[in-house]
Amino acid sequence: MKKILIVDDEPNIVMSLEYIFTKENFEVFIARDGAEALGIIENKMPDIVLLDIMMPNVDGYQVLKFLKESPKLNDIKVIFLSAKNKISDIELGLQLGADKYISKPFSTKKLVSEVKELLK
Amino acid sequence: MSSFLVISIIIVYLSVIFYVAYWAEKNSKSVWVNNPYVYTLSLAVYCTAWTYYGSVGLAATSGLKFLTIYLGPVIIIPVWIVLMKKIIRISKGNKISSIADFISLRYGNDRFLGALVTIICVLAIVPYISLQLKAISETFNVITNHTINGNSIISDTTFYIAILLAIFAAFFGTQNTDASERHKGIITAIALESVIKLVFFLVIGVYVTFYLFKGPSDIYDKASVLPNFEIQQTIDGLEGGFNWFFLSMLSMFAIMLLPRQFQVTVVENQREKYLKTVIWLFPLYLLLFNIFVIFIAWGGNIIFQNQGVDADLFTLMLPLKNNHEFLALLVFLGGFSAAISMVVISSLALSTMLSNNLIIPYGFLRKYSKGESEQNSGSIKKIRRVAIFTLIIVAYLFYKNFTLDRTLVSIGLISFVIIAQLAPSFFGGLFWRRGSSKGAKYGIIIGFLVTVYTLVIPFTIDSQSISSSFVNEGMFGFNFLKPYELFGLQIFEPVPHAFFWSLLFNFMVYVLVSVNKIGSYRERNFAEMFVDSEKYASMHEDAYVWKGEAYVSNIRNVLTRFLGEQRTQRALNLFYMKYNIDHKIKIADARLVNFSEKLLTGSIGSASARILISSVVKEEEISLMEVLNILDETQKAKESNKELQERDKQKDEFLDTVAHELKTPITSIRALSEILLEDDTIEYETKKRFLTSILSESKRVSRLINNILDIEKLATGKEKLDLNNNLVKDTIKKSIDAVSQLAIHKKIHITLNKVDEVEFIYDEDRIQQVLINLLSNAVKFSDFEKGIVSVNTNINQHRMEISVEDNGKGIAQDELVSIFNKFYQAKNQTILKPVGSGLGLAISKQIIESHKGKIWAENIKPQGARITFTIPLNTN
Repeated sequence: MKKILIVDDEPNIVMSLEYIFTKENFEVFIARDGAEALGIIENKMPDIVLLDIMMPNVDGYQVLKFLKESPKLNDIKVIFLSAKNKISDIELGLQLGADKYISKPFSTKKLVSEVKELLK
Repeated sequence: MSSFLVISIIIVYLSVIFYVAYWAEKNSKSVWVNNPYVYTLSLAVYCTAWTYYGSVGLAATSGLKFLTIYLGPVIIIPVWIVLMKKIIRISKGNKISSIADFISLRYGNDRFLGALVTIICVLAIVPYISLQLKAISETFNVITNHTINGNSIISDTTFYIAILLAIFAAFFGTQNTDASERHKGIITAIALESVIKLVFFLVIGVYVTFYLFKGPSDIYDKASVLPNFEIQQTIDGLEGGFNWFFLSMLSMFAIMLLPRQFQVTVVENQREKYLKTVIWLFPLYLLLFNIFVIFIAWGGNIIFQNQGVDADLFTLMLPLKNNHEFLALLVFLGGFSAAISMVVISSLALSTMLSNNLIIPYGFLRKYSKGESEQNSGSIKKIRRVAIFTLIIVAYLFYKNFTLDRTLVSIGLISFVIIAQLAPSFFGGLFWRRGSSKGAKYGIIIGFLVTVYTLVIPFTIDSQSISSSFVNEGMFGFNFLKPYELFGLQIFEPVPHAFFWSLLFNFMVYVLVSVNKIGSYRERNFAEMFVDSEKYASMHEDAYVWKGEAYVSNIRNVLTRFLGEQRTQRALNLFYMKYNIDHKIKIADARLVNFSEKLLTGSIGSASARILISSVVKEEEISLMEVLNILDETQKAKESNKELQERDKQKDEFLDTVAHELKTPITSIRALSEILLEDDTIEYETKKRFLTSILSESKRVSRLINNILDIEKLATGKEKLDLNNNLVKDTIKKSIDAVSQLAIHKKIHITLNKVDEVEFIYDEDRIQQVLINLLSNAVKFSDFEKGIVSVNTNINQHRMEISVEDNGKGIAQDELVSIFNKFYQAKNQTILKPVGSGLGLAISKQIIESHKGKIWAENIKPQGARITFTIPLNTN
């Protein structure tokens, strides 16, 4: 069973994503901010992280940077899920090494297929 | 040492200098050419042969007085930097190429003033150049053991050196027709020479102090027993103090006003930030140069006691006397490089002034207005080259035909005093709008005449051994007209004396004439631009007021005659682009007139540029008031334009944030709806939970939209306040009731301190909105169970003050103001996600401001935050 970590501080978004990926047979972990996410990543080693950018304390960019700088963790796939959708934001996200950048609001079907695609 | 050897060495040395200049011109982009160190070192052209030999001479005969010449510049350096920044900015903006151009432009492109400044500079500097040639010649004779036989020019090495220097200056100084362009070759060579002269001087200083003697204290011990030592080394009471003061001031002016200093500091400046290096390096350079002066002087006094050796030549004689010919050669070369640097830069600066401010405006303009561009620029270069040669040759003849056997310092200082006559109009022009061209002209002329009377004439009489009672008895035997003791003033030595009187007269005439005669509108226009340079720099061509009729084609014709077809086209294209003007436009405006004048200024000087341009345009007279009004309006238009841009940017940011804030709830709504739509197996409980969430997120969206609309309505004043008499206590109670659910949930008690049953005028719904906002924030930021929120009031007839405080963790000091900004929390995106919409406090502020009141936040002790608002008594 693949492991997925959902990082977002909006409870309703988390709730919907949790439902969807549980249904798709993922083992789902949840973090409400960057700091919590980093703890879960190190302990549970998820295969993929769905990462919001604007979060309290440690933001999405910082989480990604941390992943990419750690040799142990830099294979973990990362998808940014963000309402920031200026071209400059997207470029920054991809430059930092995110595998995908999906703008909010997103289509759940498309999100699921992108995740599966990445984990192939 | 044989003449042949020394001449060969001179030739090799000059070849190196020529090569360096040539290399720098060819590699003008190299970092070796473009750096603050080359710039600073080129400023050391201030240290001439006079420094090399004269300082020592002065130190040997009059003690520490030589220091004033270097102390002045060092003291003034901080002020100098500030002034130079301003001067460089103005000069670069107007393509000014000399101090004559600077002064002439400041006083409304005044042709006569430019010419006057040029003449003053030539009169001051030519003898000074002579002095450098004399130094070369004398030291050459000393080192080659040459006795001067006859007065033949043909057999005089100095003559050939002078010619070589003229070739050097003419070749590297006139590569460009535009004299405001930089001369990288010459400057790099000068910087190298500054290094050479300093290093060689240090070598000889160390040699005298540590080789000939056993260190400074040894020299001091031996020198202090010489007669007159005591008197030489002290500043003699109040009188001596005054003399010191005025000599230092004189050199402060010199460092800013000498044409060669203006050339290296202003015209050759590439970047303003280079001044930052000057501020430490230049004083350091002067300090190093002066460390050993006094020791060499004392050493000379000790060794050559009563031998009648010219103190000016101590630096050279000390190694020669001890048979260290190689060291003597180094001294000679150091002094040589100091001399030629000065000659080259001075003749370059003067030739630009002569051509652009005297010869062209008074002689060649008509010819140029008909000639072709290549002819014109060839002719302009030719004028400058001829000027360089003439200057150097005249200086040479001056040295040959006058007995210049007074100490080097005297002539240098006379030069300084004459140049100082530019000070009132130069500095006055920078800071005083009323300073007028008439004032400047009369001031300079009077000051110069006083200098001639109190210094030049008596000095000439003394030095040429003319017998006259003029010096001792005064003109026509009037005692109070004695040139060295004018009006009975006896405390000064001749130079400070002349400096004092000439500048006093100069300054008074400048001020009195300026106050009594109002200058023309053009003068005033430039006065504004110079004095308020910060303000007008950003306005560029808009800072120039002009009214009249002008055609682009006519102006283009004039430009083409000097710049050629291509450069004119390129310059005009740039201009059109800068102001977004259609290429096909036929009528020229003030901006184009000013732009074209500037373009020409570098080549032919500001006065000529103005004359040429006005010959093809029809200008109308404008009143002074009109000029000032127009300038003011343009300035305001610029500012409001800036404000508009800033507002646009804020609006963009605001929209961005709004979009982001709306997308977040919509994301939830969309995701949850998709699940509900597509998943038929979903359990009842989950379905209900999802639908509740969709509902609350929808509410969030509409709340946000309402808030945004509110804030826009309030900000634009579209919504009128519903002002009525209300019971304050009621309003507060209603607000507390509205947040009571929230408070009960967190087990927080809200207390209302005693409030009188008074009424006050306000829009109740809106004030309630503010209070609810403040209360719910206070509850939100208070701790569970421990939180205490209280409301306080302070109301009188004129004003109502209400505050809400909590005992939470308070507000960060630097956020006390910004929390009232729209989406403030959202702006600090990486740290904090908005708890609410991020608009609550912004709306509150807007509401209070519509009531003409104020709202602010503060932290309270021991812990917590307080937000207070006040409303004045508003009536319908």
